[in-house]
Amino acid sequence: MSERTYAETKIDCNEEGYLTDLKQWNKAVATEIAAEEGIELLPKHWEVLDFIQDQYKNDIPLTIRKIGKSGVVDIKTFYQLFPGGPLKKASRIAGIPKPVSCI
Amino acid sequence: MKKLLILGAGTSGTIMANHLLKVLPKEWEISIVDQDETHYYQPGFLYLPFDLIKRKQIRKPTEKFIPEEIHLVHGTIDRIDKEHDQVFLENGIVLNYDVLIIATGTHIAPEEIEGMLGEQWQKSIFDFYTYTGARNLRNKLRMWPGGKLVVHIAEMPIKCPVAPLEFSFLADSYFLNKGIREKVDITYVTPLSGAFTKPKATEALGHLLEQKNIKLVPDFNIERVDTENNKIIDYGGQEVEYDLLVTVPTNMGDEMVARSGMGDDLNYVPTDRNTLQTKIKDNIFAIGDATDLPASKAGSVAHFESEILTENILRFIEGKELKKEFDGHANCFVETGHGKALLIDFNYTQEPVRGVFPFAGVGPLSLLKETHMNHLGKMAFRWVYWNMLLQGKHIPFVTPTMSMTGKEIDEPERIES
Repeated sequence: MSERTYAETKIDCNEEGYLTDLKQWNKAVATEIAAEEGIELLPKHWEVLDFIQDQYKNDIPLTIRKIGKSGVVDIKTFYQLFPGGPLKKASRIAGIPKPVSCI
Repeated sequence: MKKLLILGAGTSGTIMANHLLKVLPKEWEISIVDQDETHYYQPGFLYLPFDLIKRKQIRKPTEKFIPEEIHLVHGTIDRIDKEHDQVFLENGIVLNYDVLIIATGTHIAPEEIEGMLGEQWQKSIFDFYTYTGARNLRNKLRMWPGGKLVVHIAEMPIKCPVAPLEFSFLADSYFLNKGIREKVDITYVTPLSGAFTKPKATEALGHLLEQKNIKLVPDFNIERVDTENNKIIDYGGQEVEYDLLVTVPTNMGDEMVARSGMGDDLNYVPTDRNTLQTKIKDNIFAIGDATDLPASKAGSVAHFESEILTENILRFIEGKELKKEFDGHANCFVETGHGKALLIDFNYTQEPVRGVFPFAGVGPLSLLKETHMNHLGKMAFRWVYWNMLLQGKHIPFVTPTMSMTGKEIDEPERIES
């Protein structure tokens, strides 16, 4: 566990920089994390972030398939919005844990 | 007579039938349906490609494990009619129930990936999640001179998430023993961010891939297989070449679930993660790989769930409140090759950590550490499966919910309910 400062607030993160408490997330925090990932958040990004936060709150694991069927974006667009590892980048910006396996 | 019906006579269904026969009141009649007359020891599919297990050790008649008092019905399930508490089979049989347990598992769906299920399927592209796939791959490997071996996961969730990693480790051993390791290039391709994704496991095991000279391609979400040029291609345009592709295709729940109008987009049944009652209807429960629980799809999970589900079914028929007890507990051996294995013990919230199992301070099994003893444990487990687990016998000293003793846990974590 470590703390990082985003939007002038101390935020709890794990070693890889993923938020450990979604309650600490807000749009200003997301914008700064996105900047670290080299991404400028546009309206389409926010729609995707909304969708994946909603899935997380309902205990639904995040997958590429879910994104593709979300009606928000298709998979190709998702890659364009979050280039190079879109699931993990979008998760980090959305303030939710990275998709993991059992080990 | 009241009727309890179990759909599927695999690991979960068979264990539940045996448990319930012992505890259900006399007025209850139990039936179980399956389309297959063979019960497979699925962990054996990992060893078959490498000639490390014999056919008869992993295939036995389903009826052998279903007690005579239980009505075993052979047939393919068409659909569940939840309004009328009925199940229709494709052969015209209609089964009524008072309580239903869905235990129809998960299977591979190579048709979900463009180009996978073509002419090269079972020629240069293989699975090892079916008996046929594992056997065909064994025959291929016996003759294979070497080249680019790609071990690939299409998308999560998959049954036994560590199996592809174990396959890579065993492949390293296999080719080394054959004396052709230098002719084989092994690459592990995963949609996740690494071969290991949990901090403690990464710290303890991260060196294994390098040590075994296995290349890693992470964050690879396959779009299609290009069989003309022997390449897999992901949505980001990344390409990996293969001579032999060993893939774990998309895993999906039974089609019957979709036909009954009750699954998610992968045909898994929405189920309460602590009680195992489905969110479909109060008298429908689900267990094992068929559920949408955020637990591993593994036999050990089914085994732990079965003890809690048995109690909850008794509570349900007595009109009592269900126990919110299942914690996602899993306990898995992980083969690392060269006669060694790891053991991991974890649940919904606690990641695998180091320690000993099952006795604090004693073991004899070590958690998250490669030992020969763990390998012997995994080998001995086949006997336990056929002779104890399926019969619903309690495995001594192993509890359905995860025990925290004997484990190196940094800080207590909150168990969510």
